[in-house]
Amino acid sequence: MRVKVRLFARLRDLVGSAEIDQAVPEGATIATVWDGLVSQHPALADYSRAVSCARNDDFSRMQAPVRDGDEIAFLPPVSGG
Amino acid sequence: MPLMHLTASPIDVGAVLGEVVRESERVHGGTGACGALASFVGMVRRDHAGRRVTRLEYEAYESLAVKVLTRIGHEVGEEWPGTVLAIHHRVGDLAPGEISVVIGAASAHRAEAFAACRYAIERIKQVAPIWKREHFGDGETWLEGATADPDDSVARLQARKQACG
Repeated sequence: MRVKVRLFARLRDLVGSAEIDQAVPEGATIATVWDGLVSQHPALADYSRAVSCARNDDFSRMQAPVRDGDEIAFLPPVSGG
Repeated sequence: MPLMHLTASPIDVGAVLGEVVRESERVHGGTGACGALASFVGMVRRDHAGRRVTRLEYEAYESLAVKVLTRIGHEVGEEWPGTVLAIHHRVGDLAPGEISVVIGAASAHRAEAFAACRYAIERIKQVAPIWKREHFGDGETWLEGATADPDDSVARLQARKQACG
């Protein structure tokens, strides 16, 4: 199955793209998607303990399962205000 | 105008405060319902850690950010019942001195209105999916603060403590 990955701020800069179409295996979780990204872009590893995630425009958890066509977003630590 | 809003245009402080008063009157049944209107206005600071900031670039995950701001409004209603909140936040490039965020809180009494404003800005910094990049004359850097987790009750309690001094 495939998911759309969205990246923001420095994560986007490190990967060089705001959106990626990514193939993931059946039974994948958001953590599976993240680990796949890190293997392609090792600089992201620094964020593994600090990243937040969202699934289809709602906050989610790394252990949450993903479905075909999901939009998964990874968020570096925030700095609004 | 929505109470919770992200915009690439300059924010009209008076318009945001007018909107929150109107919403308070709508919720509480007419003119004179709120005896206090407090505001917080965040602006782009010229200096950061001894360096001169030339501009700040704000980026948001807009669809999620509006949901998070709405959630902060609900939290304020839980903490200080009857208090109505509006938050308008800029995205895009801002120059020093420009307004980055406006919070308005309308309540029956001043204590709740002040507390709601402080709580809201602390929660924005904890959980809103918004980022800023500082640009200097000789470089740029993303600022990274808190790992966003709206369900982190410790963070929420911390914001409440800051709000209540």
